[in-house]
Amino acid sequence: MEYMLVLFSDPKPLMTMKPADMEAMAGAYYAFTMALQKEKAFVDSRRLKMAADATTVTLDGGKSKVVNGPYIETKEELAGYYLIDVPDLDAALKWAARCPTAGHGHVEVRPIWPMPG
Amino acid sequence: MTEGDGHAQAAAVARRSYGKLVAFLAARTRDVAAAEDALADAFASALTHWPARGVPDNPEAWLIAAAKRKAIDAHRMAKRSENASAHLALLAEELAIATIHEIPDERLKLLFACAHPAIDEAMRAPLMLQTVLGFDAAAIASAFLVSPAAMSQRLVRAKSKIRESGIPFRVPEREDLAERLPFVLDAIYAAYAEGWSDPAGTDASAREMAGEAIWLGRLAAMLLPQEAEALGLLALMLHSHARRAARRGASGEFVPLSEQDTGRWDGAMMIEAEALLRRAAAMNAIGRFQLEAAVQSAHAMRALKGEADWAAIVTLYDALWTMTGSAVIAINRAVAIAETEGAQAGLAALDALDSKALSQYQPYWSARAYLLARTGAVGEARIAYDQAIGLEIDPVIRRFLQARQSALNRTFS
Repeated sequence: MEYMLVLFSDPKPLMTMKPADMEAMAGAYYAFTMALQKEKAFVDSRRLKMAADATTVTLDGGKSKVVNGPYIETKEELAGYYLIDVPDLDAALKWAARCPTAGHGHVEVRPIWPMPG
Repeated sequence: MTEGDGHAQAAAVARRSYGKLVAFLAARTRDVAAAEDALADAFASALTHWPARGVPDNPEAWLIAAAKRKAIDAHRMAKRSENASAHLALLAEELAIATIHEIPDERLKLLFACAHPAIDEAMRAPLMLQTVLGFDAAAIASAFLVSPAAMSQRLVRAKSKIRESGIPFRVPEREDLAERLPFVLDAIYAAYAEGWSDPAGTDASAREMAGEAIWLGRLAAMLLPQEAEALGLLALMLHSHARRAARRGASGEFVPLSEQDTGRWDGAMMIEAEALLRRAAAMNAIGRFQLEAAVQSAHAMRALKGEADWAAIVTLYDALWTMTGSAVIAINRAVAIAETEGAQAGLAALDALDSKALSQYQPYWSARAYLLARTGAVGEARIAYDQAIGLEIDPVIRRFLQARQSALNRTFS
């Protein structure tokens, strides 16, 4: 079954983080990604830029309405995702716990909607 | 055997065979709702036919034969409507195989799926009662004080969560078992406790629910004989259930544990509980359920020696208090301390608790009132009883507290 690990974290500490800590963090994500690949659970992953750089669009009376910022403002913002393929929820939860984000933010585990064909 | 017993026995066999079949089908398709649908008619007809005609020699084969006809029909219909579901095809196949081979017992896997941490905690016990034992939403709703419509909707949602989120039907590996088993045991205990929400036993379905929860406890203890806490939970429920007849007096009034007629306790059940507790203790893996069962065992001493082993009860509550930090435990501990060191010491233990957090908790006030009365502080005791009476929901307990309060007046004024 495919799951998306949806990563939520507070970007503020990142702004003042020491380069050495930044490197350690990047190393932790790299190792996590490698482990997923080695176990053949990895499908895809991306990191997102800050929610402050987001622009949100909706149609209002047939006209597009554009608003600066994310759809929902939260302290911990959507920061990226891992798409993984594992046998069941327990396996997905194990990977979510290993994801470095779980240590400083939250990881939401969502099953992927299966598409026919 | 009376006719009522025969009916209850047939219903119990039907429930167990049904649970085994739901577990067997659901473990393969991950679709609890579809498994229940396939067996629903078969189960309903078993509940009507078996009590009158007797339980068939092979109840599972009987249910499978009845379910198979239904599943094949459903499969045909689904094919016609062009949304032939893979689940239904699989169900029909599994039902066909089931007649040939002995049906493996997958109920423990189903229990672990129902008590998965991804399932809303409040729904774990209801889900077990429905899927493993076949109770309908209305019976579960009445035991859990929820409207039948809301309960049935929540059950549907929980089953859909199992299917859609990929919750596995599996007994966890050794390393995860320690973390997951408590969820299963907690849910079984919750089912038992809700079965007791009608302790007068006037509501037959609630009474049955407590009995069936014990049966789930037996199942867990049988399938996980090396898990001390599974044995501890069963021992705890048996000790408590052994006293069910003594909990109410001749006119239906509440009788507190210390005043119960030990002659009305069920000796066989207590002996079984003691044996379980000894087996569990030998495993050297102490836990909450074993400690609570040991407390009940110390209370049960009254049947033998005329007095509960209060020193042991205090020690056990100390350990439970350290382990859980639960307010219920703290209050019981204070009452036990009053037995060994006097009412004043018991009151001091109560005073050490966070009274703000407990201000709306009835047992806190009734314990307080009881201990105050024993120290002779009648005025304060009366006020504490008022508080307890005002907070109590159960009219039977309310009458008991009122009787205690008026006895106060007679004794001291």
